[in-house]
Order: sequence, then C-alpha cells, then structure tokens
Amino acid sequence: MFKQLAQPDRPLVGIVLSGRAVSAPEGEMLAAVLLREGFGPFRTTPVGGRERAAYCMMGVCFDCLVTIDGRPNRQACQERVRAGISVEAQQGAALLPVGGSKA
Amino acid sequence: MAAGTEIAIVGGGLVGAAIGLGLVRGGASVALYDEGDVAHRAARGNLGNVWVQGKGLASPPYAELTRRAALAWRDFAAELTDETGIDLRFRQDGAFFCCFTPEELDKRAGQLEAAEARSQIPSGYSRARLADMRADFPMIGSGVAGATFCRLDGMVDPLRLLRALLAAFQKRGGRYLPRARVETIAPEAGGFRILSASGASHADRLVLAAGLGNARLAPQLGLEAPVRPVRGQILITEKLRPFMPRGISFIRQTADGGLICGESSEEAGFEEATTRNVLQDTARRATTVFPFLRDVRAVRAWGALRVMSPDGQPIYQRSASHPQAFLTSVHSGVTLAPFHAGPLADAIRAGALPDDIALPFSPARFHVQATRAA
Repeated sequence: MFKQLAQPDRPLVGIVLSGRAVSAPEGEMLAAVLLREGFGPFRTTPVGGRERAAYCMMGVCFDCLVTIDGRPNRQACQERVRAGISVEAQQGAALLPVGGSKA
Repeated sequence: MAAGTEIAIVGGGLVGAAIGLGLVRGGASVALYDEGDVAHRAARGNLGNVWVQGKGLASPPYAELTRRAALAWRDFAAELTDETGIDLRFRQDGAFFCCFTPEELDKRAGQLEAAEARSQIPSGYSRARLADMRADFPMIGSGVAGATFCRLDGMVDPLRLLRALLAAFQKRGGRYLPRARVETIAPEAGGFRILSASGASHADRLVLAAGLGNARLAPQLGLEAPVRPVRGQILITEKLRPFMPRGISFIRQTADGGLICGESSEEAGFEEATTRNVLQDTARRATTVFPFLRDVRAVRAWGALRVMSPDGQPIYQRSASHPQAFLTSVHSGVTLAPFHAGPLADAIRAGALPDDIALPFSPARFHVQATRAA
C-alpha cells in the first residue's frame, strides 16, 4: 500500500519485524517502515483487545506502540531505524518487569 | 423536616454530591450548585485511595470516623453500583505504606501501633518486612526497608465515584445545577437567598461543601472555613498488565492498567501547576519501590489542590447565628463518602448535628481561646 517516493541517500541496514528480516534506511522513522512492510496490527488495546496501527504519525495517539528489542510500549513514530533492532507487535498492556531483576 | 423544605448544597464535588445523595435518599428536595470546569475540583485530581492508616493519630474522633467510613465502604459501593450500573472499581484488599529507612519504619510503626491500641475499631494493622511484601510484590526494590499495612485501606476510581454519586442523586430527583457558581448567600425570611451564575433562588436550608470556596462563602452565614490549598502532584504511567494485588500508599494501578503515583504535599497557594523537582522526587520514590518502573513511561502529570484545615481534620459545623446553615470542609472526600451520604446527611436532614459530630469537628477548636484552654 505504501511505497518510497525516492531512493534514500542513507545506508540500508537489516532489521527484524516479527521474525522476518527486512532492510530499511538507517534513521528512517520506524512507523513508516512498518507501514511500508505491511506490519500489523502494531498493537492490541489493553482493555478491549482491539487491533490498532499507526495513526497520527506524530507522537500523540499512542496507537503505533510496538515492542523493540524486548522493551514494550515504544511509539514507532518516535523511533528511528537502527541496525539489528527486532520489532514485535505490542500485545495489550505491557507485562513487566522486563529483563527480570535489574534492580 | 417540614414537607417541601428546599435544601441547597453549594459544591458539586465528592463531598457535596455524597451529602446530596444521602439527602435525596431520605426524601429531601435538594438542589446541588456546581461551579463548572473553572473550579479547582479536588474531587477530580486525587489519587483515589480509601485510606485509614495514619489518619487521626492525634485525634481519636477522626480516627474512628475514618475507620467507620472505611468499614461502610463495601456496602456503600455495592449499593451505588446497583443504583447506577457504574462500576466504581472499588477494591479493599489492604494497602502498604512503604518506609525507606529502618528508622522511618520504626517511628511510623510505633505511632500506628499506639493508634491501633487506642481505637475501638480494628483496622487490621500490621508491620511488614520487605520479605513479607515480596509475597505480594516479587519485583519490589531492595531500597524499601519495610512497610506498615492496614487491611481496611482500599481504592476506588474517584472519577467513577463522582459520576455515580451525581447519577444516583439525579435519579432520585435531586437537581444538579452545573455552571452555577454561587456568588452570594443572603439570609432572608425562612431561609436564604442564593445568587448564582444561574440566577437567584430560595432555599430553606443550606449546606456549604464548596471545598476551598467555603473560605469565601462561610463568613456570610456565621460559619467558619479556615481552609487553605495544599497541592499534590500526580504522575501517570503508560498502561501495564495488572500486577498489584494490594495497594501501595502512593502508587495505585487503575483497572485499565496505568499507575497513578503521587504523595507530594506543598504549600503553593492556588497554583495548580506541576514542578520538575516534585515529579522527579515522585518518580524516584516510585522506582525505589518498583525498580522496573525505570523502563516505564510517564505519560501525564497534573497538580491538584487539597482542602486543608489547620489540623488536617474535617470541619463540620452548624451555624449558631443561622441554624439552617451547615458547613463541611474536608480533604478526605473519597474515604469519608459513606459517612457524608449516611450519618452526616441524616443529621442535616434532621436539622441538627449530634454531639459526636458537632463537638470534635467544630471550627471552634481553632480559636485562640480553645488553644489556650487546651
């Protein structure tokens, strides 16, 4: 559905979307990459379990929440592509603590 | 109470709405004046604890009032939900108050043990070690020295509570008047002339429950409300799966998953803004209790103003010069809601405060003469 208008002048790096390896321009807005790659739903809502995807693309609506490298509730529209990151859908509310005993 | 008696309540927050509901349940004809969204609305800014431990340490009547209200909460909530269909998200499974040093814990535990020994109504008090708390909170931080626990402590969604009180009040014929800031109240034949933003009207009996607004209105009626704003700041996190089987004094997890954190107490006049240092301190204390919260985002913050009397205890008063005028000034509108909708409303409907309300909670205790005598 979405496509790039122009070839980016940034280097392509590998990232992983729900276990699938794709390449994307380093530093691009993550939500844009996810939409282009057909990733979805981004998240399910904590109470009703409804499916959601990126909507406002400017940090306001919180519908683009995903898990990045195990860290829950990241706003994909506020994250940039970094080499090697692994992105999963955010299923409902975050289950914490992440990473066990970091205290 | 004579048939057709019109009672006006000034203040549509938790206190006014609870008294209003109690009055209409008793068959009274009631008008509830609510200022509007420019009001300070302590009822809409608070954390939502039904809280017993530590209340009334220096005042057995206040301690007993609080404990009786907490004991009545479960039935009160069930009845309100039956009547309105609104789930108040009420839970009363006890709560911890975390202490961060052994000295703080020893001091607090000593005070609460003494209060428990004095009280006629057990609150289910106990002292909890960090190891005891791990049973409920495996993720608790090692920076917590221990806690005091009280079985009667609970929580409720204060916004749902306010909505339910107003809904039940109106369902029983109470008249809710929004955007009706009361400007003046003038005694007239057989009652009072109330001039509000929605016009002028008569009431036979009057109840001031206007929070900080009581300070302005009370002197017109021979009542006293020496209350001042004490700000609290609240920090809200993103939603998390439910992980709190019991409360922590300054951290409440809502039924939707977000955490409401806050316990600041600041003298800031009528300034409702948030400040970075207080929010930082709130976040620091919250992450000391639950270190995993470092990875959780704060999504909102706000400040709200408590309605504080000089000794922190409620003021209930019937005017000596205008015996049909009553006043209620409290900062515990959540915890005391069953009392306000029950015994207090019954007393106001009957036209007099019984001694066990009138004597310990009279503002006369703030008079210089009273201080000297004591």
